[in-house]
Amino acid sequence: MTKSVYSICGMCTVRCPIRVETENNKVTWIEGNQHLIGGALCAKGSAGPAMIADKERPQQPLIRDGARGSGRWKPVSWPTAYDYIADKLKKIKSEYGPESVVLSSRGGPWQGMYKSFIHAFGSPNYTNHDSTCGRNTHHSSLSLNGVGRKGFVYDIKNAKHLVLFGRNMFSSLRIAENLQTLDMLDNGGKLTYVDVRQTITGLKSTRFFQVRPGTDYALALGMIHEIIRREAYDSDFIDRYVTGFDELCYFVEQYTPAWAAKECGVREKAIKNFVDEVLEDMPKVIFHPGWNLSRYKDSFYAARALHILNILMGNIEQKGGLIIPKGPGDCGKKGINAIDIPKPDIKRGDGVGWKYKHFDKGPGLGHLFFPTMESEDPYPIKAWISMRNDPFSCMPDPKRQEQYFDKCDLLVSIDVHYSEFGWFSDIILPECTYLERDNGICVQKGPKPRFGRRQKALEPENDSKPSWEIFKNLADRLGMEDYFPFNSIEEYWKWQLEPTGYSVKDFEEKGFISLSDEVVMYDPEKLDGQFNTPSGKIEILSQKLDKAGLPSLKEYVSPLRPPKGMFRLVYGRSAVHTHGHTVNNPLLNELMPKNSLWINVKAANKLGIVHGDLVDVTSEDESYTGTVEANVVDYIHSEAVYMVHGFGREISRQTRCLHAGISDQKLMVNKLDDWDQAGGAINLCEVFVIVRRSVRNPKRRVEL
Amino acid sequence: MNKYMIYLNGKRCIGCHGCEVHCKANKNLPVGPQLCEIDHSVMVKIKSVPKTEFTFRSCYHCEEPFCAPICPTNAMIKREDGIVYIDQEKCIGCMACAGACPWTIPQLNPETGKAVKCDYCMDRVDAGLRPACVTKCTTHALKFVIMQEVV
Ligand code: SF4
Ligand code: SF4
Ligand code: SF4
Ligand code: SF4
Repeated sequence: MTKSVYSICGMCTVRCPIRVETENNKVTWIEGNQHLIGGALCAKGSAGPAMIADKERPQQPLIRDGARGSGRWKPVSWPTAYDYIADKLKKIKSEYGPESVVLSSRGGPWQGMYKSFIHAFGSPNYTNHDSTCGRNTHHSSLSLNGVGRKGFVYDIKNAKHLVLFGRNMFSSLRIAENLQTLDMLDNGGKLTYVDVRQTITGLKSTRFFQVRPGTDYALALGMIHEIIRREAYDSDFIDRYVTGFDELCYFVEQYTPAWAAKECGVREKAIKNFVDEVLEDMPKVIFHPGWNLSRYKDSFYAARALHILNILMGNIEQKGGLIIPKGPGDCGKKGINAIDIPKPDIKRGDGVGWKYKHFDKGPGLGHLFFPTMESEDPYPIKAWISMRNDPFSCMPDPKRQEQYFDKCDLLVSIDVHYSEFGWFSDIILPECTYLERDNGICVQKGPKPRFGRRQKALEPENDSKPSWEIFKNLADRLGMEDYFPFNSIEEYWKWQLEPTGYSVKDFEEKGFISLSDEVVMYDPEKLDGQFNTPSGKIEILSQKLDKAGLPSLKEYVSPLRPPKGMFRLVYGRSAVHTHGHTVNNPLLNELMPKNSLWINVKAANKLGIVHGDLVDVTSEDESYTGTVEANVVDYIHSEAVYMVHGFGREISRQTRCLHAGISDQKLMVNKLDDWDQAGGAINLCEVFVIVRRSVRNPKRRVEL
Repeated sequence: MNKYMIYLNGKRCIGCHGCEVHCKANKNLPVGPQLCEIDHSVMVKIKSVPKTEFTFRSCYHCEEPFCAPICPTNAMIKREDGIVYIDQEKCIGCMACAGACPWTIPQLNPETGKAVKCDYCMDRVDAGLRPACVTKCTTHALKFVIMQEVV
């Protein structure tokens, strides 16, 4: 019998709306939700069923049966697995206190449950991967606008000009956003793209700035200078909502387009022409403030400069600008019930909130637990539960991380796949794939808010469980059953929807519940109260940063040039992979089985490297080397080499991707401590590597 | 006359290779055969932006297919509406068609031991739907064109 269900994709964390048809518990068709994205899906989305069939994933709970990382596992039943974890957690709690347990997750709309679990257990230590992703962008927005990076959505479709600094959006691939951008271009809109190399996104641009790595901030400062000089800003908006504009004018005086052009290696005329265009197009100009900006030592300030550019445009709550996301309340509707157990009043183990007061306490900063593991100050960290988060893949130097994690008495990995962290952990709990699991109802805020739901399309093929059931079972064993007042997903959904007046039936027609047919906009002249800063205004001079002894307007410092024979390592994404999650997927592995090292043609010539040669890429301290093919290209800056993140995996049960390509994070030796004191994120691109033609290139030929 | 055509709007295509996987997933194909292909040209600067052209290729559904007459079991069939397809019942996997096709379009499905090629998703088309690659193209860059005779 053919069944059709609406759900939410889970091949990457964009979570596109989908519709799935099945027959006899097999997927026969899967497409993007016609009502929202017109059927569109990406390669990963179509490869979901191939993941289900892939037996190179954990098939049932596994307990370590050898040394950590030895790859020896004993299959156990779910009750045994739950007991194992609960017993260890109880012991750790009684010996060291509940705060010695950390839970990290991949974030997203369902994180409330994981966070509540650890709070109910008595620990304040919930964290996620964001210190290697969006933290700088988030904190920069908080410091200026008083709202985080999700405090705005971008109305790209109605914009006239989108400016992207290193945001390779057609490879990161958020379908709805991509459709908006292409629609904008079809309507004659402009796209300005800034990066150290040409990318798929840059191909679609109307203006391309190839900059020297690490100079984004300089280019943004040059743009601010010229925009202010030409008075291409919205002075009404600034008068009404912004403080510190005069100081900004004074500060950017020194950063002329001529200076920026020289610093970035671009043409001065191009910056000036760009500002001509901005003058024409404002306020419908969007400066995307970046996503994964955990890159350079000044990325936080670069992100602030991008936010400032938006402020100059006066584009907030304007069609074609930055829109404040609306929730149920804005539509005269009631929100859903959510499990939200407050954080216990104990100091966080990563220092956020007491040692580092200017950071958002929500998920803290994951990498700052490592020094605490070492020093046991303010208390020891003895257990780490990882919910689909892979610290070894996202943070630098997994070897060094191993030494820290080895101080823990319990390491738990809950994941659909084997993760590199999971492989080192004590116990792996296989979560069902997104097509085999239900998740709670979520609120999708935006100009047209809605409720969304992931609904399973299939019964699980292996002995795996949905996360709600895993946490519920652990909670029951730890005496926390009162916090999770449901026994089935149906009960949970019902409880969630109680205040709203809707029922699950309302999801059936389209897969979501629309809370407003029209775009909900605030009056742009009445935005007071939207900016949650100490002064209630957009603060170009941030009181919060000032209190932390940090400058709001930081002098530009030129990035180091790599020493001879070395290059700055820059990483990124491909449209066919979700980092390390998909590299072993049969169909996606077929498309892209390994990564390569992008290197500038002139730089390669000097090293005697030709396209397709094997090259050895070695960490700065020469302790780690990976070998990979060289992709010799014209359009990458000669100081940089680039690779797609997620490869170089060493999990023997993942045979397709085992040792395929190289891993950027393994090349980042000793870089765990190189993080941004102002923005909180790790500086993942402050890394130099040595590149040599590999001795593994064949030297001899036997045949003629 | 051929009734159908697939057209790629190169301005929208982002070279994401989604169409290739949409096709394989729809036909439940294993690793190996690939019925359509996205390719791109070498980058050249146009108005100081390095650009490339994306192209989409499946089967040309030739007016006079080379692959059909060579098939020893008459498994390769051209329909009235122009679609050239392989009758899986009759195919013996000899791959003579692939040899005859100037672009080696037919491929071996290692799981069935038979040839496969693009059939414009005729089961979907006959049901009033569009081909898999077109329906699910990430950016709506692919279009299924139904040709009409001009009287
Ligand atoms: S972008 Fe692709 S993988 Fe990510 S959620 Fe959307 S369809 Fe799924
Ligand atoms: S799915 Fe669409 S956008 Fe992606 S490569 Fe194919 S034709 Fe291009
Ligand atoms: S397989 Fe080759 S010869 Fe046959 S119809 Fe297609 S393109 Fe033409
Ligand atoms: S029309 Fe169908 S069979 Fe042909 S390439 Fe597209 S999806 Fe594949």
